Amino acid sequence: MRIVEKLVAEFEQVTLEDSHGQDVARVENADWLGFASSAKAAGFEVCVDVTVVDRMRSRPERYEVVANLLSMQHRARLRMITTAPRQEPVVASLVPLWPGADFAEREAYDMFGVVFEGHPDLTRILMPDDWEGHPLRKDFGVGSVPVQFKASHQVN
Amino acid sequence: MSDETKSTETVDLWIAGTEESQFAPTDEGAQEISAEESESRLDAQFGRVVEDDYLFDEVVDDGERMIVNMGPQHPSTHGVLRLQLELEGEIIRRSKPIIGYLHTGMEKTAEGLTFSQGTTNVTRMDYLAPLHGELAYCLAVEELMGVEVPPRADAIRILMTELNRVSSHLVALATNGMDIGAVSMMIYGFRERELILDFLEKTTGLRMNHNYIRPGGVAADLHPGWKDDIAVILEEMPIRFAQYDDLLRNNPIWLSRTKGVGVITPEEAIGYAITGPALRATGVDWDLRKAFPYSGIENYEFDVPLGSKGDVYDRYRVRVDEMHESLKIVEQVMDAMPKGDYRVDDRKVTPPPRARIDESMEALIHHFKLFTEGFKVPEGETYVAVESPRGELGCYLVSDGGAMPYRMHTRAPSFANLQALPITMADSLMADTVATIASMDPVMGDVDR
Repeated sequence: MRIVEKLVAEFEQVTLEDSHGQDVARVENADWLGFASSAKAAGFEVCVDVTVVDRMRSRPERYEVVANLLSMQHRARLRMITTAPRQEPVVASLVPLWPGADFAEREAYDMFGVVFEGHPDLTRILMPDDWEGHPLRKDFGVGSVPVQFKASHQVN
Repeated sequence: MSDETKSTETVDLWIAGTEESQFAPTDEGAQEISAEESESRLDAQFGRVVEDDYLFDEVVDDGERMIVNMGPQHPSTHGVLRLQLELEGEIIRRSKPIIGYLHTGMEKTAEGLTFSQGTTNVTRMDYLAPLHGELAYCLAVEELMGVEVPPRADAIRILMTELNRVSSHLVALATNGMDIGAVSMMIYGFRERELILDFLEKTTGLRMNHNYIRPGGVAADLHPGWKDDIAVILEEMPIRFAQYDDLLRNNPIWLSRTKGVGVITPEEAIGYAITGPALRATGVDWDLRKAFPYSGIENYEFDVPLGSKGDVYDRYRVRVDEMHESLKIVEQVMDAMPKGDYRVDDRKVTPPPRARIDESMEALIHHFKLFTEGFKVPEGETYVAVESPRGELGCYLVSDGGAMPYRMHTRAPSFANLQALPITMADSLMADTVATIASMDPVMGDVDR
């Protein structure tokens, strides 16, 4: 029995999928941190990446939070995916388990507005602090932004 | 009189500070470091999250602390990295990197480009290793489509990316030297890099931002006479590497500026998801080319150089050794270059040959459709990672069955490595900051995307 199957068997709510030969664990929002800590105990010592996919039109639970885990000792990868609701998207932060999730979660918050509960420093990271909206959401249109030095072209 | 009338003409010239701008000035308030912080933020800024292996035993002048801003416009921050450092005399107590000054929304841009146009976008992320970004993206697209590229395309990809690794490490070495004061190293590194960029230009047409690796193969076959050019590189490079060793390896100034500086322990490296040479310098044997081989790299023999102390010197040594290993791979690829097509024989992703377009209407339509509508990729999601010169470069690709990605996320190695700066710089000297940053080799295009 593979390490991933053993891990998933501990949780009733978690389903294991195969996506192009990669292990994907679908986790309930409430189980997110619990499953993550079991995964860490099972040998997934690196949290490579945390990101979000906005399923605005196709799913009632709009946001999919995706974390890519890596086990160096078992040479295995595991992707865990949970959902966050349309109103007040909140999911537990993975920073207490993996400090390396810090920047990735800040980026996910900045780009999608998903709040990672328990993150020590959840501020914007790529956009300026006074930016309105979350740019990678599907309802955030691509457009132009007025430039601060606009008046300078009026020089005759 | 005429002078007077002239002078009354108003010129609507905007001078900074004279009138209030109608746009609020951008401000990084909450992202900045402040004198009073919560305990959990302080842990991160003092670099004591994983382990606190530094001691406050230095003599400090009357406990006075000040916060100093470094960058974003600073020559040794490799672009537009901004650091805020809290200093006690000459010693850095806590620090925080502030990024985003080069953010151009490339992940959003990718959602508006077809899968075949996407390579032009990803190649501009890590501009010192553009081919690795293209490779990760194309491998992800091919995985979603179930396309298998021919062996020659795989070999060309490995050849080009390993050459790219050498050129990227040369820049890392050059800038590391320049930051510490070995300015001649800067000149040498950039000079040798041109040798490789010339080769890349001959094949791809561009020195950087090649857009060469495409879904389904590569854009063009290697240029005629490429073997002679590789032979020159293989002959020339080891001589130059030996010269660098003469210059740096036993240079007492270089050693005292790099040994024991910016130390990362293996536990910290793993906890902070540091990958690439910075991880291997701590002694952790982890290389994606060995662990999760891609594009047939498992067919070539090479070693994974490791460090032991995790300091700036070890990172420098690991990079130099990796360049030797990459050249070893390049030599093997050159000898074993398979014959055949350089792109997959699948009309769904591969445009018809140029000659066919002139004689066949169908080929013209096919070509036109492929470059306007693009090809559709089946619904699904995948994560593919390659070992870029900076570490694990991953591409998380989600398709909804259309011709454009539903979501394209790049796991940027520089982005993850950069968050470890506080742990490497805490309780070190201010003067070592630039050496530490340079040894992490961040590319701000990769960090901010």
